[in-house]
Amino acid sequence: MYVAVKGGERAIDNAHAWLAEERRGDPSVPELSLAQIREQLSLSVNRVMAEGSLFDPDLAALAIKQSRGDLIEAIFLIRAYRTTLPRFGGSHPIDTERMSCDRRVSATFKDAPGGQVLGPTFDYTHRLLDFKLAADGDAGEVQTAEPNQAGTPHIMSFLDREDLIQPELQSDEVPADLTRTPLELPASRALRLQSLTRADEGFILGMAYSTQRGYARNHAFVAELRIGAVPVEMEIPELGFAIEIGEITVTECETVNQFKGSKTEPPQFTRGYGLVFGMTERKAISMALVDRALRWKELGEDNLGAPAQDEEFVLYHSDNIQATGFLEHIKLPHYVDFQSELELIRKLRREAQENIAQEAAE
Amino acid sequence: MSDYNFAYLDEQTKRMIRRAILKGLAIPGYQVPFASREMPMPYGWGTGGVQVSAAVLTPDDTFKVIDQGADDTTNAVSIRRFFEKTAGVAVTEATLEASVIQTRHRIPEEDLRDDQILVYQVPIPEPLRFLEPSEVETRKMHSLEEYGLMHVKLYEDISQHGDIATAYAYPVKVEGRYVMDPSPIPKFDNPKLEMAGIQLFGAGREQRIYAVPPYTQVVSLDFDDYPFQATKADHACDLCGADDSYLDELIVDDTGSRMFMCSDTDYCRTRRKAGFVGAQGVPYGEDAA
Repeated sequence: MYVAVKGGERAIDNAHAWLAEERRGDPSVPELSLAQIREQLSLSVNRVMAEGSLFDPDLAALAIKQSRGDLIEAIFLIRAYRTTLPRFGGSHPIDTERMSCDRRVSATFKDAPGGQVLGPTFDYTHRLLDFKLAADGDAGEVQTAEPNQAGTPHIMSFLDREDLIQPELQSDEVPADLTRTPLELPASRALRLQSLTRADEGFILGMAYSTQRGYARNHAFVAELRIGAVPVEMEIPELGFAIEIGEITVTECETVNQFKGSKTEPPQFTRGYGLVFGMTERKAISMALVDRALRWKELGEDNLGAPAQDEEFVLYHSDNIQATGFLEHIKLPHYVDFQSELELIRKLRREAQENIAQEAAE
Repeated sequence: MSDYNFAYLDEQTKRMIRRAILKGLAIPGYQVPFASREMPMPYGWGTGGVQVSAAVLTPDDTFKVIDQGADDTTNAVSIRRFFEKTAGVAVTEATLEASVIQTRHRIPEEDLRDDQILVYQVPIPEPLRFLEPSEVETRKMHSLEEYGLMHVKLYEDISQHGDIATAYAYPVKVEGRYVMDPSPIPKFDNPKLEMAGIQLFGAGREQRIYAVPPYTQVVSLDFDDYPFQATKADHACDLCGADDSYLDELIVDDTGSRMFMCSDTDYCRTRRKAGFVGAQGVPYGEDAA
């Protein structure tokens, strides 16, 4: 006698309760506040905002808390929330020249107007575990300087004056919104950049690294990397003019890339572009390299068959929410498909064995 | 959950999805791109089906969700609860009582009526995907009706294995035009694709919707000398004795003994209620189920 297995509902309820308990951890340890996550795990918060496509540090902190620190899960929470928000309209393009830079470095010029600003970077720290931090995380007194309010010109604008850098096409056309229209290929560069900026950091890093190692190498110099706050302005129809509605921190990377010229273009430097929410420079640099690799067609370069040149491959596989969902769905029951495979393989084996037996008999 | 609109999605989004559904119904088997939303469940877990259900549900509907034919598999429970919460619609496990049925991997055994809608969750909508990975290329192949590659694949199966080695997601041609992936249903279910109900297919991650209108011709691809065969395990259900239903195989002890039971749990229960008892079953009501 057999009684059919049931209990999906109870299992789900119990699993959720257990999950909540695990998330909280040992209750004798004080609970994390959202402010603590926002202030002390700010690079996690930045990544969640960038890949969640929503600039809101408090919500990102909540998502990180809820997801037990699993950043892809946190990004997923933010995306699912974001998609329910009404859209009031679009802002004006941000003007990164007006950025008040916390960090601004150029690898192509030793000095340039605006100067090199190292900012709060890990770059020259020695990666030694700081055991003092285990007991006391106080930063102590830090020197401050007057913020630069004047705006900082882009390094690229100096190359522009000499026609050494390929000019970008100017357009007032409003690009499609990746979150509101299905991605169809070939995609415009604007759409590709939208996709790359919310793409998985690890995936984009791997793609960018592959170009450095020779899969569509385009030898990039970081002409400029800048991080800082920029105002966001939006035109209010009732007012008839634009007002500042807030401020966001972004990381912008412009690379200058070797280009020997092609059948259609004279020798000139070309550029790759990365712009990402928050302080996210690994992602922004990676994005610029991948952007440049994807521009091969427009620049008349050869398709070398490298993964980073393949728009369809990059854009269709860079979204970690899509990827993780589909990957993890193989945990779901597949009894039915597997059963049909079982029957098929039994049948094929039976037929094959009969054939072998028959051949042996002959 | 009054913070969200009826059936979760906002009306603009539903309108966009309904337009895609109507286009799909007008061009049976054609994959319509749509601006799939991020749902509060993961891609690959039925977000396409959920969005289609959200777009077709009305407050008067009665909703049923099955996964692998069963109402009580965890993901079916999760999706049913989602719409109970966000749409407040009546739910049922009875195929005959449902007006909208969302399914993963099965078509119910019971014939559907013309006042019912069957919504499929689709992982990979493109039947040519594993022959040609590029979406740009496969869309071109559909528009040129260039399906030679698929026939070559089926032919190679036969020359290599002596049989068409596709057991589920078996490709079909709809109304003599588009080759379509019926989603990963076992090929046993393919003949049921010609039905009175409306069939809608939603692929969330891949941003595609397609449809088969009622009484549309759906032909499983085959060759004259290797005709399509709908197959199932060569057993009867051990609980209800049915020999015409698709069966799940269970391993019931450490020595690997097997038993078979209907994958369609409602079909099995209904039969047992009507007094049918299989080889290892007990009369209905004598077990916890």
